[in-house]
Amino acid sequence: MTGDANGTGGDVILRLEDVNTYYGRIHALQGIDLEVQRGEIVTLIGANGAGKTTALKTVSGLLHPPMGKIIFDGADVTHVAAHELVRAGIGHVPEGRRIFARLTVLENLHMGGFTRSVAERSEDLERALTLFPRLRERLSQKGGSLSGGEQQMLAIGRALMSRPRLLLLDEPSLGLSPILVQQIFELIKEINSQGMTILLVEQNALQALNVAHRGYVLQTGKIILSDTASGLAANADVRRAYLGEI
Amino acid sequence: MTDARSAVMVATTRHPWGGVVRVGLLGGVVAVYLCLVGIVPTFAERPLISGAISLGHTALAMAAVFSGYLAARRAPAGNVQAVAAGALAGAIAGSALALLVVVGEVVDVRAVMLQASPALYDLLTLGMGLAGFWIPAVAGAVLAGAAAAVSILPSSYRLPLSWGLVAVVVLGLFAGLLRTPMLTGALSGVARFLFASDGLTPVGAVITFVVAIGTNVLQRRVLVRQRIAEMPATRRRALLAPAIVAGLLIVLVLPLSLGGFFAQVIALVALYVLMGFGLNITLGLAGLLDLGFVAFFAVGAYTVGLLTSPGEFGIAQWPFWAAIPFAALIAMAFGAFLGLPILGIRGDYLAIATLGFGEIIRILAGSDLLKQWLGGPRGILNIPKPIDVPPDHFLAGPHQIYYIALACAALVAFVAWRLRDSRLGRAWIAIREDEDVAQALGIDLVQTKLLAYMLGAAFAGLGGGIFSALVGSIVSSSIQLFVSINVVAIIIVGGMGSIPGVVVGAAFLIGVPELFRELSSYRFLFYGIALIAMMRYRPEGLLPSRIVRRELHVPDEVAAPGAPVNGSAAG
Repeated sequence: MTGDANGTGGDVILRLEDVNTYYGRIHALQGIDLEVQRGEIVTLIGANGAGKTTALKTVSGLLHPPMGKIIFDGADVTHVAAHELVRAGIGHVPEGRRIFARLTVLENLHMGGFTRSVAERSEDLERALTLFPRLRERLSQKGGSLSGGEQQMLAIGRALMSRPRLLLLDEPSLGLSPILVQQIFELIKEINSQGMTILLVEQNALQALNVAHRGYVLQTGKIILSDTASGLAANADVRRAYLGEI
Repeated sequence: MTDARSAVMVATTRHPWGGVVRVGLLGGVVAVYLCLVGIVPTFAERPLISGAISLGHTALAMAAVFSGYLAARRAPAGNVQAVAAGALAGAIAGSALALLVVVGEVVDVRAVMLQASPALYDLLTLGMGLAGFWIPAVAGAVLAGAAAAVSILPSSYRLPLSWGLVAVVVLGLFAGLLRTPMLTGALSGVARFLFASDGLTPVGAVITFVVAIGTNVLQRRVLVRQRIAEMPATRRRALLAPAIVAGLLIVLVLPLSLGGFFAQVIALVALYVLMGFGLNITLGLAGLLDLGFVAFFAVGAYTVGLLTSPGEFGIAQWPFWAAIPFAALIAMAFGAFLGLPILGIRGDYLAIATLGFGEIIRILAGSDLLKQWLGGPRGILNIPKPIDVPPDHFLAGPHQIYYIALACAALVAFVAWRLRDSRLGRAWIAIREDEDVAQALGIDLVQTKLLAYMLGAAFAGLGGGIFSALVGSIVSSSIQLFVSINVVAIIIVGGMGSIPGVVVGAAFLIGVPELFRELSSYRFLFYGIALIAMMRYRPEGLLPSRIVRRELHVPDEVAAPGAPVNGSAAG
């Protein structure tokens, strides 16, 4: 890891510079530049297969870009392994929730605090359960028996257990009923209001732009547009392509 | 019962007795098969009740009993119909045997069917030959009818009766084994009374039957299980202590009174328990299916052989106790060496890759290439016993290996138990459940998986080292794929991830087949049938761990109070 990158502003927590990622032979990310400031919600919107999930996996170290640079909290983390990035402060809620279905809710949450000491873990657990009171009622129930919304809460709670400074959320509204989607986005806002920086990937562009401060539009591996969330929501091209207007 | 039967009725829209006839025909096919492949004639040489009933007759009777039981469930509603259905199915199954007798006596089919001998026909007709061809049919009808009648009795009668029969069969099978140690002690009078040299005495059989029924009825009356469950935790713990002491006495002291053959068998069982515990870490906890276990077994066995043997290939002539830690360490090093390149492989592919390693080591061990160091097929001989005692000492035979394997197994169990609740154990469980997520939660995949693989390898090496001391030599033909398969099967039959499950699995899969060596290769047929039945009816294993039980018994949990009604539906 090298030192501070290129003298950027102190409040930039994550910066991607010309990042290229390959999935086998598919050039999934083609020179992405992106910036997240501390305390922001930034959203990545785009159609299926645009590279949104790939972008998150690249940030969390599950994929490594052969070209480009990723700077997290002032340090170059381009080649840092995923499990070390968790310690560095990046929490990842994967697409499709991926909770441990056979383990109990409590065991799931404990797994999330893997990198923390036992004492820190009980404190983190209390925080997560205050945020998601419904999980408290289900602590000894197995993860797979939860409803979709509860599973999403568990997945977010599990990621928060590592006390990240940057939370990556991949499609949190996937497969949820409209009321639950609303609830999840409320929760995202609340987590952010407590000081968490969030990089949010969503297909539900309208909702994502509602809660986010800024947004990037991704199309076939390239960023084609970036603006404030309200600016993107007002953009005619974006409205036509992603918000379902004609 | 009536519900179940009518449900089957609805399912079969054809003639109501069609299902019964089909069961009978199936029973007949099974019975004829048992005769012609030689199971019945071979088993007939071993009596169950001395001078009265042989194991061969028992096998055929069991076919009839199952036919009767299944036929009763497929019969039209009504008690008379159920018993009639059983008798009909039994008669059909028995008629198949009768037909075999008639055809066999008239036309000599021995040119095709080796086992279709006059001896077999005598067995089936109780010595009457062609004149008694009707006997199997009548016997089948009677037995299956009785089984059907028992199957529709209320459970307070049915269970004690079944229990009594099972007790007679089990005691009859193990009669020789139980008799030998009893003869030497104060119980010799009882032993002579209950057991003949080759099975239960007729009086012994009746006593066993009555006692088994009595204890079963008594247990139901007194509601032992319910009472234990209702006890306060402190009292239950107080009950546990004597149970543990009794268990320890059986495990530690009883083998001393048993003969050398039995000691050899339980030493082998203890060895497989030890290796089962080892693989349980790799497979049960970390979810890595390792089919190359025998590779590390071989490394351990050859390490001990080379370091201790005074023979031509020995290099050090160390005592066993100095060599055995090296067996584990070198196997562990091999685990690291072989594990590193393949641990990036996932799931089923990892199993195939490890299978490859097992084969490579097996072939290398017997190869000409290493013959000058490992002895090739002739192997390393004269491996000394760990404890040098005079021949009449109680530790002279395989007993000492039994105690060593037992102690090592206890050590491995302790390590596995402590690890399961540790940080490393949780990392393994996370990897088993979801590799990607485990990584995203901060778990180092390579390091964690490699540790699981290396620990499994170390315990396999320990097992191999003890094995070479048990046998006194290590030859390349001992390095068999079957060793790996056995260890995996033990874990699956016992219950994945469960420590007591491994003990039960090893006793069942290693001990029982060894005890029935005289039944020659048929025991592997039953081994296979038992495995299939197990996977079909109890996939979680005999003594499953908490997590697996949770997974395979979802309905219990959904019905639990507090669970949401729409629990599994996506919200």
